[in-house]
Amino acid sequence: MQRCVQTGALNQSIILRIKKAAMGFNSIVMVKQVPDTANISGQVMKEDGTVNRAKLPAIFNHEDRVAIELALQIKDKFGGKVTAITMGPPRASDILRECLYMGADEAYLISDRKFAGADTLATSYVLSEAIKKIGGYDFVFAGRQAIDGDTAQVGPQTAEKLHIPQITYSEEILGIKDGSVQIKRKIDGGFEVLESKLPLLVTVIKDAVSPRPFKARRVMAYKNARTLLELEKLTEGNSLLYIDQLKDDYVNKGLYIHTLTMDDLKLDESRCGVHGSPTKVHKVESVVLAGGSHEMIEPTKEGISRLIDQLLEDHILG
Amino acid sequence: MEKLNKDVWVFVEQRDGKPAEVSFELLSKGRKLAENLKGNLKSVVIGHDVLSLAEETFRFGAVEAIVVDHKELGHYRTMPYSRIINQLIEKEKPRVMLFGATIIGRDLAPRVASYTKSGLTADCTDLQVSDVQYLRKDYKDLLLQIRPAFGGNIIATIISPDVQTQMATVREGVMRMEPLEKHVKGKIRNIEYTPDPVDELVKLIEQHRQENKVNLKAAPIIVAGGYGMRTKANFELIRELADLLGGEVAGTRAAVDAGFINHDRQVGQTGVTVRPKLYIACAISGAIQHRAGMQEANKIIAINSDPEAPIFGVAHYGIVGDAIEIIPRFINVFKQKLR
Repeated sequence: MQRCVQTGALNQSIILRIKKAAMGFNSIVMVKQVPDTANISGQVMKEDGTVNRAKLPAIFNHEDRVAIELALQIKDKFGGKVTAITMGPPRASDILRECLYMGADEAYLISDRKFAGADTLATSYVLSEAIKKIGGYDFVFAGRQAIDGDTAQVGPQTAEKLHIPQITYSEEILGIKDGSVQIKRKIDGGFEVLESKLPLLVTVIKDAVSPRPFKARRVMAYKNARTLLELEKLTEGNSLLYIDQLKDDYVNKGLYIHTLTMDDLKLDESRCGVHGSPTKVHKVESVVLAGGSHEMIEPTKEGISRLIDQLLEDHILG
Repeated sequence: MEKLNKDVWVFVEQRDGKPAEVSFELLSKGRKLAENLKGNLKSVVIGHDVLSLAEETFRFGAVEAIVVDHKELGHYRTMPYSRIINQLIEKEKPRVMLFGATIIGRDLAPRVASYTKSGLTADCTDLQVSDVQYLRKDYKDLLLQIRPAFGGNIIATIISPDVQTQMATVREGVMRMEPLEKHVKGKIRNIEYTPDPVDELVKLIEQHRQENKVNLKAAPIIVAGGYGMRTKANFELIRELADLLGGEVAGTRAAVDAGFINHDRQVGQTGVTVRPKLYIACAISGAIQHRAGMQEANKIIAINSDPEAPIFGVAHYGIVGDAIEIIPRFINVFKQKLR
């Protein structure tokens, strides 16, 4: 009898453990479509010195792709679900499809004209409300920063609004055990290892891991994934297609990209977009080269000799 | 009407009790901003055994040091540090709060800005106080937060017109550190630390920090190479010239990415900002990101085979030619003069 009870207890703990392992860890990954600021050419700069955004190719912010990879690695190891979300214009669905190609289970586009002009505070409000609505997460991931603003603010601001801790500049997930995760992160002049209770928001740096390539099978499957806005476009001018029906069809086929607007999330309009953004752009100037005129030195021995004499005389050298 | 607080607060960052230089740079700038605003400069010092550090801030013009000293606070951790600052700001509502744009500052400031619903601008390269007209409304004494944007191709001036606390993080090395001849007679105000369960959500397991042995910022002469040096072997020429002139070696981001040189010697937007007496730019085209980190050097010599390279736009002396041929020539001529 005694033995039996013990076995029973043991079984129960094993079952619990299996159950937890089977459930795995759910991650929500914040991703962003950004203008490719690294490759700005002359054509992109307008005459007044401002940037013509429309001329810049839109790309998947690299560090966010790294964040997806980390979330997928957790899923590969422990099971669970990876959900990609982005706040952006309708065309940002491109990067959500790319998340699906990599292995994400679900994707959400958070889009509304009223979100336009949002700074990081307003953006983090919208994203945190969307994450609350999706719910059921152990991790929220994001790239450290996006290359269009380089602010690195949305991650921590979202964590604060979700009332969860944050680990920024993460380099490596060392292990997950008993509801806690150990993470190695970069600090000024070195690194540290932190242990955090879950749920946790993690921002990752580009060296953390390299993102996996798209899987051909998934590209074939998900290239037809569509947001509500894209489905609405399909129904335009086609009286035979009804949007609700079409949406149900895409949901059933697993090809629906969830689409949420300000009303869907029941957001406070005064905290969205321009209205919810305390920071405003007062002025934008193109970068003017300082200096201007410089003295040309002949690349000969004589030229260099004269330059060195000049520098010695001015006490710049010697 | 309640009198608006016009104080400027600076978060004083310490690592293992040692202050980050950027904090003193911020205090130096903050002193001028406080003068313009007709408010007080205050330092916020959190850590363990930080009294002498708090007193050091008086040398940079802080009239008060707000100190939270506790053994649990020795190492920076997001949760307790942000909680402490949130409460202080909520209660006292400073007009301006500045953080270094270090890893700690960029972790802490956004969390605080979110809680206090303050405007926050990242990585500023300049700060000013000015009256501003925005959307046909007049604002007095706003903080102009100036920063490069769009990969450094434009300079944006950001304002936070309708919030009480205007926050900014500021890059290391861009503001000048200016200690006062005479200490300000400052006041230490101790705030008690009350632990909270949320402080324990994240624990520090281990920490490894190497003192940065390279101090590019203090070097009077810097010889820097770009991707145009083509190989690591060619890059040795840069080192040779730097040694000869008694200077330090540096590189562009592309040179770092190519493995020619370590990241701790990178000059530019994602590296160090330097102001040496002499900066010799070898085979560097002069992308805006690099220029941002060196254009304030006293004298700049640019060596590049492309006469149209933007680096010549900031140079005082230009030599058009292949750096790989010109550097040895420079070395020879200089050696002859030494004899």
